[in-house]
Amino acid sequence: MKNTVEIRWHGRGGQGAKSAALMLADAAFMTGKYVQGFPEYGPERMGAPITAYNRISDTQIRVHSNIYNPDYVVVVDETLLESVDVTKGLNPDGAIVINTTKSVEEVKPFLKEYTGGVYTIDARRISEEALGKYFPNSPMLAAIVAISKVMTKEEFFREMESSYRHKFAKKPEVIDGNLKALHMAYEEVE
Amino acid sequence: MAIRERLSGNEAISYAIKQVNPDVMPAFPITPSTEIPQYVANYIANGEMDTEFIPVESEHSSMSATIGAQAAGARSLTATSSCGLALMWEELYVAASNRLPLALCLVNRALSGPININCDHSDSMGARDTGFIQIYAENNQEVYDNFVQAYRIAEHKDVMLPIMICQDGFITSHAVENIELLEDDKVKNFVGEYNPENYLLNADQPMAMGPYAVSNYYMETKMAQNTAMNNAKQVILDIGKEFGEMSGREYGFFEEYRLEDADYAMVMIGSAAGATKDAIDKLREQGMKVGLLKLRVFRPFPDEEIANALKNCKVVAIMDRSECFRGKGGPLGAEIKAALYDYAKDVKAFNLVYGLGGRDFTVEEAERIYNDLAAYDKDGTAFEEYRYVGLRG
Repeated sequence: MKNTVEIRWHGRGGQGAKSAALMLADAAFMTGKYVQGFPEYGPERMGAPITAYNRISDTQIRVHSNIYNPDYVVVVDETLLESVDVTKGLNPDGAIVINTTKSVEEVKPFLKEYTGGVYTIDARRISEEALGKYFPNSPMLAAIVAISKVMTKEEFFREMESSYRHKFAKKPEVIDGNLKALHMAYEEVE
Repeated sequence: MAIRERLSGNEAISYAIKQVNPDVMPAFPITPSTEIPQYVANYIANGEMDTEFIPVESEHSSMSATIGAQAAGARSLTATSSCGLALMWEELYVAASNRLPLALCLVNRALSGPININCDHSDSMGARDTGFIQIYAENNQEVYDNFVQAYRIAEHKDVMLPIMICQDGFITSHAVENIELLEDDKVKNFVGEYNPENYLLNADQPMAMGPYAVSNYYMETKMAQNTAMNNAKQVILDIGKEFGEMSGREYGFFEEYRLEDADYAMVMIGSAAGATKDAIDKLREQGMKVGLLKLRVFRPFPDEEIANALKNCKVVAIMDRSECFRGKGGPLGAEIKAALYDYAKDVKAFNLVYGLGGRDFTVEEAERIYNDLAAYDKDGTAFEEYRYVGLRG
C-alpha cells in the first residue's frame, strides 16, 4: 500500500540539515524517483532547532503538508534530544539515527520507549577524520540511506560522487574527503 | 521531449523567466520571493539571459520602475511577497489603469501582524481589486506553466492588463519536487516577441502616459478596464488550450478533481489542493462521493463556470486562506456564494478559513471536513456558517 517513504530531519540552523534533505532528494531523483525535499521555516537563526523533510516515492507526490508520521528520523544534533520530541509520530516499523558519541543503550531513555530501529553514529569523528572539519550532514546522509535503503549503495555513491564533482567544481580538493565521510558513515551503520 | 528535472517553485519560475528572457526586471528582496531576483541575477551574470536587472531601494520603487520600463515599451516584470506587495499598493492601480501588461511574480505570504513569513493568501487577496489578472498554482509545475502563459494573456490586444502569477510561499516556493520543463525554443516560440502598439519611446507617435483624468473621463477608463478583464476570460482559455497542445498540460479557470458526480465538494486555491486530492481518493474508496474544485484564475472571476461545476453538489465547503474581517467569511467565500446565488441557488455552501500564517493543512483535516459536510447533509449535524479549521486544540 505505502509506496512513499517519509523522512524527518532534526538539526540546528547552520548544520546543514536542510542541505542534507535536498541532497537526498537530488540523489533519489537521479535514481528515477518522485521526490520532495523541503524545510519547515520558523524564526531562522544559527543554532535554533530546525526541521526538514523528504518524501520519496515511485508515484507522483501531491501532499504538501509537513510530515507527522515519518518512517525515519535523522537527528543531526544530539542536544536536541533533551528539547525536541524526536520520535513523535515515528513509524514503529521504521528507525531513528542519531549523531552522538553515545551508545544505543545510552540514548534510549530519550526516545520515549520507541520500539523501532535505533542507530547511533559519531558524525563528528567521521567528519573530522575525513574532512578535517565538522560538517555532520554528509555522514548523516549516508547513514539514513544505509538504514532506509531508499536507493542501493551503488546508486547512492554514484549519484553523490557526481553531485560533489558538480557542486565542488571549484574546490576539487574537498570531493575526496566528502566521499570518504560518506563511505565511513555508510559502513559504520550498515 | 519534456526535460525531467527537480526544482523548487522559486527555481521553476526563475527558469521560466530565463527562457522568456524579458527586457527589464527591477526588484527588491523580501522573503520568500527573494530567491527569484537572486536566481535571475545569476542567470544574467552568467550570460544565460540579457534582461536588464535594476536593483532598487524598495518595492514601491520596483513596481514604479517596472511600470516605467513597460510604458517605455519593454517587456517587464518584478517579484515580491507580503508587505512588499503592500508597499506597491498605489502603483498596482497605476499599472492596471495604464493598461500595462507587466508581470508580477508573487510568492504568497501572510501580512503583518503579528509578523510572519509563511504562506497565506492575504497579500494577493487584498490586491484583488487592483485590476491585475491573478493566476494561482498548486505546485512548482503549475507556477512554471503559468509564467510561460503569462505574457500571452496579459499582452493580448483585447486584454492589455498586468498579471500576477502566484504561488504559495515556502510550501511551493521552497519545496524541491519533480517537474517537466519545456525546451528553450518551444517557450520562445510560444511566448513570441513583444510588439506594443503604443509606447513612450516611439518617437513617431508621441503620447502621454498616466495623465490626470477629470470626472468626464475617469469612469470610462474604469469601464474599459472591466471590459478588458472580461475579455481576459476567453484569452485565458485559448492560451491554456494552446499551451496544452504544446506541453500536454492544458489549463482552464479551474481543475475539477472527481467533481462530476460529487455530493460534497471543497473549493480551494493553491498548494493545499494536493492533500485534499489524497483525502478524496481515500474517501472515494469508502464509497463517499467527494470532489474538489481547485481555482486557478481568481481575476477575472469565472463565476458562472464555477457555479455550473458545483450545481449538482449537495454541500460545498469554500476554503479561504485569508481573512477579510467582514465577520461572515473570507473573500473567496463571498464571491462564490454570490455566484451560486446567481446561477445555482440550491447548493448549500459553508465558508471555512484555514492555513493562515502557514498553518499546515493535512489529508486528515480534509477528511474531517468532508465527513462534517456529509454529517450535516445526512443527519442535520450543525455546521457553523463560518468556521476556522486547524486551530490549536
